[in-house]
Amino acid sequence: MAQQQKKTVFEPWEDPSEKPIIRFKNVTKRFGDFTAIDNLTLDIYRREFFALLGPSGCGKTTLMRMLAGFETPTSGSILLDDKDIAAVPPNKREVNMMFQSYALFPHLTVYDNIAFGLRRSSMPKADIPGRVEQMLRLTQLTQFAKRKPHQISGGQRQRVALARSLAKAPKLLLLDEPLGALDKKLRNETQFELMDIQEKTGTTFVIVTHDQEEAMTVASRVAVMDQGRIVQVATPDRIYETPNSVYVADFIGDVNLITGKAYPGTGEQVEIHWGEAQAPIRANTSKSLAAGAEVKFAIRPEKIGIASEPPQDAANVVQGKVLDIAYLGNISTYHVELPSGDVLKAQATNSRRISRRNITWDDTVWLFWTDTAGIVLTE
Amino acid sequence: MNGGRFSWFNATSLTLGFAFLYLPMLILVIYSFNESRLVTVWAGFSTKWYGELLQNDAFLDAAWVTLKVGFWSSTLATVLGTMAAYVVVRSGRFTGRSLFSGMVYAPLVMPEVITGLALLLFFIAIGLDRGVLTIVLAHTTFAMCYVSVVVSSRLVTFDRSLEEAALDLGSTPFDAFRSVTLPIIAPAVISGWLLAFTLSLDDLVIASFTSGPSSTTLPIKIFSSVRLGVSPEINALSTIMIGIVTVGVITASIVSRRRLVRQRDDEQRALHQE
Amino acid sequence: MDLRRTFLIFVPFAWLLLLFLIPFGIVLKISLSDIALSIPPYTPQLDLSAGWSGIVEYFQALDLENYVFLTQDNLYFLAYMSSVQIAFISMVITLIVGYPIAYGMAKAPDHWRPTLMMLVILPFWTSFLIRVYAWMGILSQEGFLNQFLLWIGIIDTPLTILNTNWAVYIGIVYTYLPFMILPIYAALEKMDGSLMEAAEDLGCSQTSAFWLVTFPLSRPGVIAGCFLVFIPALGEVVIPSLLGGSQTLMIGKVLWEEFFSNRDWPVASAVAVILLLILVIPIVLFQRNEQKQREAGR
Repeated sequence: MAQQQKKTVFEPWEDPSEKPIIRFKNVTKRFGDFTAIDNLTLDIYRREFFALLGPSGCGKTTLMRMLAGFETPTSGSILLDDKDIAAVPPNKREVNMMFQSYALFPHLTVYDNIAFGLRRSSMPKADIPGRVEQMLRLTQLTQFAKRKPHQISGGQRQRVALARSLAKAPKLLLLDEPLGALDKKLRNETQFELMDIQEKTGTTFVIVTHDQEEAMTVASRVAVMDQGRIVQVATPDRIYETPNSVYVADFIGDVNLITGKAYPGTGEQVEIHWGEAQAPIRANTSKSLAAGAEVKFAIRPEKIGIASEPPQDAANVVQGKVLDIAYLGNISTYHVELPSGDVLKAQATNSRRISRRNITWDDTVWLFWTDTAGIVLTE
Repeated sequence: MNGGRFSWFNATSLTLGFAFLYLPMLILVIYSFNESRLVTVWAGFSTKWYGELLQNDAFLDAAWVTLKVGFWSSTLATVLGTMAAYVVVRSGRFTGRSLFSGMVYAPLVMPEVITGLALLLFFIAIGLDRGVLTIVLAHTTFAMCYVSVVVSSRLVTFDRSLEEAALDLGSTPFDAFRSVTLPIIAPAVISGWLLAFTLSLDDLVIASFTSGPSSTTLPIKIFSSVRLGVSPEINALSTIMIGIVTVGVITASIVSRRRLVRQRDDEQRALHQE
Repeated sequence: MDLRRTFLIFVPFAWLLLLFLIPFGIVLKISLSDIALSIPPYTPQLDLSAGWSGIVEYFQALDLENYVFLTQDNLYFLAYMSSVQIAFISMVITLIVGYPIAYGMAKAPDHWRPTLMMLVILPFWTSFLIRVYAWMGILSQEGFLNQFLLWIGIIDTPLTILNTNWAVYIGIVYTYLPFMILPIYAALEKMDGSLMEAAEDLGCSQTSAFWLVTFPLSRPGVIAGCFLVFIPALGEVVIPSLLGGSQTLMIGKVLWEEFFSNRDWPVASAVAVILLLILVIPIVLFQRNEQKQREAGR
């Protein structure tokens, strides 16, 4: 997929000679007693598609509004191209924003909406029509230029908002839940359109979303936020495969969490003792852990195999009883109760028709996984 | 509320209710065309009272004063009321905020006699001669509060991200107000102006306190002649005023309903082209 | 940025301070002064040229004499009481007349409603004075109402309605009816019609469903409407002057006459201050009701 190719060539955050376009330095923002952003430091690089991901109220929108200039940091500084932008009002910033509500001017046509920013820039009057046409073509809106916002569909409105914010060719484009108002099918199509446009224009995009799937699909890097702090910044695959905390593991996708005590073995090996009569979990970790340290073992359901016979030579095997089966068409999730009372979720792809599958409710099954399938978390 | 049939009881109460609201005015209008000076005895159709009204300089002068006062006070009230609405809805906290919003809403419930008396005593205290100016000042003060209520109810539902979008695209705050906010809230501002204008044309009590001998307004003139009893000239004058208002209100409501219907059609069409 | 905000706040603020608050201060002050045969016709006058002693003397001359006078002459007490009574009775009649109209509007087919709304609002835009005046011709001895009643034979001799309290009630009900209808209609209109059906489904008769479900749910509108009629009716001047008789006592009219006929500014001011104090109670109650509605609406 595009994601895979891009990853090999585009990793400016790994390149020490690359200069970030945006730097947050120890930024704190308080509203009265409430701390929205708590001593946050973050770099964003040119041409990145950067996603701020988190539940509502985590501070991601505040962070974006500080970039746009609608909020100023209580302390710390924000640099755009090495210049502190705290004192620059929103109308003087080379940053544009696509609003969650789109904020299309209802009294202006699509054309005039897109031209609005250009007419207030230094662009010569004669060049404006050409630029607007170009944006209309980019977003496939040419035939709707004369319509008013209420005369076009939701998907078209979304594209007008995008065209309007891109028209001035900003250094940085902010997208606040850009696809939130669209239905699921349209949202998926639009995600790829967005990525396409981002690549074509080469603009740095910062997107705010609470939809983890969306963040994973579009972003080059994802910052997971919680209560005004950034918990982890990494590429989507690293966020998913190697979350650095229980919070991230739990927020992104589905996960089984097992609490136990770690006993390091040789090299990176570690044994996790849990439950009364359970064999210890064998896992790998690069963390140096004290013997007996409390840890959480996190493993994705799709990394757990399920079988009706005891499997041969698996690193970890547990026996249990099928409690529930969630059939999702392409995959099924099995909820398996262990003798300890814990419930583990295991996923299997449905490569066979339903009638020919052999695991059903109350069956005794074996769950198994390799020693590298899960990850050991300490926070 | 939907559900339950529209019953005979409902139909009767609506009919009687609207008859109660409109019959008195209808009678007034009909008898303005009465030949006789006796207002309650029909003596044949005639438009002579309209003719006499147009000959009556005192009424015409008063009408002119009223229109002048109405225009200036409603215009001033619209500017001040829109500003006040902005302050109430948008300005956040500042010293004296509760005093301010109290003063914005108080004139709405204040008996006119008190407002009129207070303003008169104030004008005398500062030595301002009573005339058109003092009526304009008085009307502006109470009308701006009505304008502020109308405009702020629109501003409350105004999507602030529209203004932010304008700023984001390079507008100065004033330009954002002029090219985005104002066009969108214009209907509310216009109805605020119309409301202020109507209130000014209508006001008797405050005008009686604040007018001088040379600045009699139409309501003052009507009041003083009506106190002596019913007169066909006043009926004619009332008919003209009722006629203007009726045409105005019906036109306005047709225009706004057309716009609403068109907007709904557009939205339907937009939905189907997805 | 901040300069603009300051300007925006300052202009309307200063206007209201100057033309609303200060005038009330003056009313309060004059209510504490004494009547005098001078221009302006009250004393003391603040004489700043006399310096500090002038100011002290000025404040010493202020007293509550006018308020004492108001309690001694029971004309004022009666006028206050009768204003409250007239406003209250009119409010009740307006509710009885207005509720069925609002209810009918809420029950009417959807496509009628904009027209019905317009019909209710239209009188509001027409001159108040003219609407009151219209009743003078109807209620007089030889007016249309008497002619009509004589014609259908209900009465033998014309009734005296004009220049009685009855005419005042009719005038208030007529002019303030839209203020009662609109909030009740608003409350009824947003009510879920299936509630009535549910009540009937559960065994209520139509009448008991109305009293058990519809009416309680429309109560906020009823309360708002009552205040919107009661508060302005209390200070009414025009209606008692044109429709009421010499025995119709309303405080607004008393104030008006005190000022224009007797030219007793201090007493007029004291009457205004007391009227304001009486009004504070319903106004505060009204505000609290509105507040509660807003909070419940969230």
